[in-house]
Amino acid sequence: MNNVLTRRHFLKASALTSGGLMLEITLSGAALGEALGTLVGSKELNAWVQISSSGEITIYSSVPEMGQGIKTALPMIIAEEMGASWDDVTVLTADVDSARYGLQGAGGSTSIPRNFDSMRTMGASAREMLIGAASEALEVDRAELEAKDSQVIHLSGERLSFGALAALAVRQPVPDPATLSFKDPKAYTIIGTAVGGVDNLGIVLGQSKFGIDVDVPNMRYAAYARCPRLGGTAINFNEQAIRALPGVLDAFILAPDARTGQSSMSFLDGLAALQGGVAIVGEDTWSVLNAKSQLLVVWDESEASTDSWPEMKIEAQRLAGMSGGEVKRDHPVEAALAEPNNKVLEAFYEFPYVAHVCMEPMNCTVHYTAGTTSSAARMEVWVPSQFPGQVKEIAKNLLGLSEAQVTVNMTRMGGGFGRRAVHDFVAEAMAIAARTEGPVKLTWTRTDDIHQDFFRVGGFENMKAAVSPEGKLVAWDQHYIGFAHQGKAVIGSGLWGNEFSMTALPNARVTQSLIDIKTHCGAWRAPGANTNAFVEQSFLHELSVLAGRDHVEFLIELMGERRWLSDGNINALNTGRAIDVIQLAATKAGWGKPMPAGWGQGLAFYFCHAAHIAEVADVYVDANQNFKVGKVTVAVDVGPIINMSGAISQVQGSIIDGLSTMALQQITMTNGRINQDNFDQYQVMRIGATPAIEVHFIQSDYQSTGLGEPALPPLAPAVTNAIFAATGQRIRSMPLSQEGFTLV
Amino acid sequence: MQTYQLTVNGESHTTTSEPDKPLLWILRDQLKLKGTKYGCGIAQCGACTVHINGAAVRSCVLPISGVSGPITTIEGLAKNGLLHPLQSAWIEHDVPQCGYCQAGQIMSAAAMLAVNPRPTDADIDTAMAGNYCRCGTYVRIRRAIHTAAGSNSVEGEAEA
Repeated sequence: MNNVLTRRHFLKASALTSGGLMLEITLSGAALGEALGTLVGSKELNAWVQISSSGEITIYSSVPEMGQGIKTALPMIIAEEMGASWDDVTVLTADVDSARYGLQGAGGSTSIPRNFDSMRTMGASAREMLIGAASEALEVDRAELEAKDSQVIHLSGERLSFGALAALAVRQPVPDPATLSFKDPKAYTIIGTAVGGVDNLGIVLGQSKFGIDVDVPNMRYAAYARCPRLGGTAINFNEQAIRALPGVLDAFILAPDARTGQSSMSFLDGLAALQGGVAIVGEDTWSVLNAKSQLLVVWDESEASTDSWPEMKIEAQRLAGMSGGEVKRDHPVEAALAEPNNKVLEAFYEFPYVAHVCMEPMNCTVHYTAGTTSSAARMEVWVPSQFPGQVKEIAKNLLGLSEAQVTVNMTRMGGGFGRRAVHDFVAEAMAIAARTEGPVKLTWTRTDDIHQDFFRVGGFENMKAAVSPEGKLVAWDQHYIGFAHQGKAVIGSGLWGNEFSMTALPNARVTQSLIDIKTHCGAWRAPGANTNAFVEQSFLHELSVLAGRDHVEFLIELMGERRWLSDGNINALNTGRAIDVIQLAATKAGWGKPMPAGWGQGLAFYFCHAAHIAEVADVYVDANQNFKVGKVTVAVDVGPIINMSGAISQVQGSIIDGLSTMALQQITMTNGRINQDNFDQYQVMRIGATPAIEVHFIQSDYQSTGLGEPALPPLAPAVTNAIFAATGQRIRSMPLSQEGFTLV
Repeated sequence: MQTYQLTVNGESHTTTSEPDKPLLWILRDQLKLKGTKYGCGIAQCGACTVHINGAAVRSCVLPISGVSGPITTIEGLAKNGLLHPLQSAWIEHDVPQCGYCQAGQIMSAAAMLAVNPRPTDADIDTAMAGNYCRCGTYVRIRRAIHTAAGSNSVEGEAEA
């Protein structure tokens, strides 16, 4: 990775007006084009550092913050490597500026592995320049100096503060990255410690600004109504009555516009087609929401979605009896399934569509100024987005604006979970702003937020397997029945080819069938993994029970020899790391201990997002099928932890999110209309059901990787396996509320 | 439009509004107090929680015409430059993830502590049942409330 950095990125030093040092990373033109060309695998650079002459260290964080803690974690890496004292560091949100920062985005739990090397290169460069400055000032050899606690300290004990050195450091040559050496992790004083979120004070004071809080002079407010059936368009509405309502300034129809992006969402561009509808612009939020509730719209539903969940289920059950289409891996399994001495099991699993329901509903503020004969049009955007730079593409497609004509400000996000990787709400805000004098803020209602979501896709898996008389798994036949837009699997549906079943099992056949839909689907925290883990890890437990084996022993046997399935590829399963987390979770949870009446333990392992994670759930079920998760024991290997507090927080949050989702949540649709309108019909787990959560990290020597998503997938099967242990009842469908189980 | 007198965080405000406009939008759009959040509009999620006469109220469903008594919002919780003990505890335990629900959480907790200064976990679960946290910070919310109250948590403690 350092080689990549050397070739494509240049550090630039310049003086602050205050006489301090400013260090920034610039991209060569070619590297910039490449970074913008693709989200995955790009090596964008994410920070610059300023040291004022009074010693304040400002680190800019360029990766959007949605609660994953990246705004704290990345600056910790810079501060560590430069020898700063964390107390001297102030973290600010960077501008959205691809020339300076490359692509700015958060998704796929990739921010840590993608940025670790560039962050520490930045820190080490600053350190070397400060040491160079001190070497000149003190007239000593630089080998006799070290940077520590925001000072450069000589062997003799003589020391100069970073602030005092800042102006001198500007004149130092920027080091060639190839010459840099990095701290021994054993000497770390910041990385690996527990550091609180850099915005915590603002949050507890109510001063932290989210997108929905944007307030610019002369701002107007907008609401937007779309057809209750996805894809319908507005023909007319009670315009006179709406315009007469208090606080309403304007109301108009927007035609659907495919130029803003394809309706089948691609995670890689974050674009989505503008839905047709009725916009209302007014003096404040309530006036436009109130007017929206009084809209009477005539819709053209000729192109609207006819998707219905009950019909999808019927179709899936029909397909389950047939063989699947696309074959991901095809090993002969018929003989083992037909062998009379083997035990064979077949099971049909189901999981629902779910919504993101970020606590902050979607919103965007846009100020569009039309061009005149003497000045070009321009636009300023304030947006809570996981990929804020991508909204420039929408301005180009919709209004023909060049990148230079658009200024984007990223705000803190009130949750993301993958929802804010799609910018349909930005397209709406821009289309409304194009017809509005001055800035305008579009705010979605919670109902908009649920109905217009890009859902976690539902699906089905028909599973068949055989175990030998010796209790070994000898055939695995997996038929995934998922969903597609125009024949192409939607994100999160189908199998990716790197699942455990396909990479580690010798006797596996995996097939796939896809049902075409119009319903919008998108990335939802650990896409694909969050549902496949439930099926795979539940069914493996069914098989260990069928074989009369201990589940932990059975799972570890399946992992086979300790090996990395693709050396050096962080996205490939490492069976040794898998075995270690399974054993650690089992040990820490007291696996096999006698449980009180009504209690059971369940274990599940999953590998995704470069993380090996095992979880044990202790669950109590009473006679009325009320269930309580008493404790979840988690073992995680994501390499060395950057921020211990943030890492534990992400695991706790993933466990609670996983429990909330598997126990309570389901989106259904009837003839293209989403049936759940608000939190009374689509619930989020409340505090009373919170289990104790015990988190154990194996800080292996592998690369540090992200934790925003991967602790979620193992939770559902750990809980359902525990319910089986407690009651003998196997659950093959989520949410549990639909299976007669009530989370308490 | 009617005229209303409001006392918010000790300051007196005169505002004109339709009588059915919820307090939430008066606070956010007219008084520019943005710490109180919109989450659902039907009193299900608690992001909009403020105090009226010291009691926790969901401001998204309370019409301005129904407000009687002084209002405290998250911006008014710290007094004389000193953080409320809950605000300090929230920072100490690094509670927030996205942070959007936390003002509502803190306001619900503050109303509880005012009448029940030494809550048990069960008391906390009851008093905080109206506040969603989509990020799942409940473990740390419980712990931070106990810290602010000087009481002991009996569950949800374990971190290793």
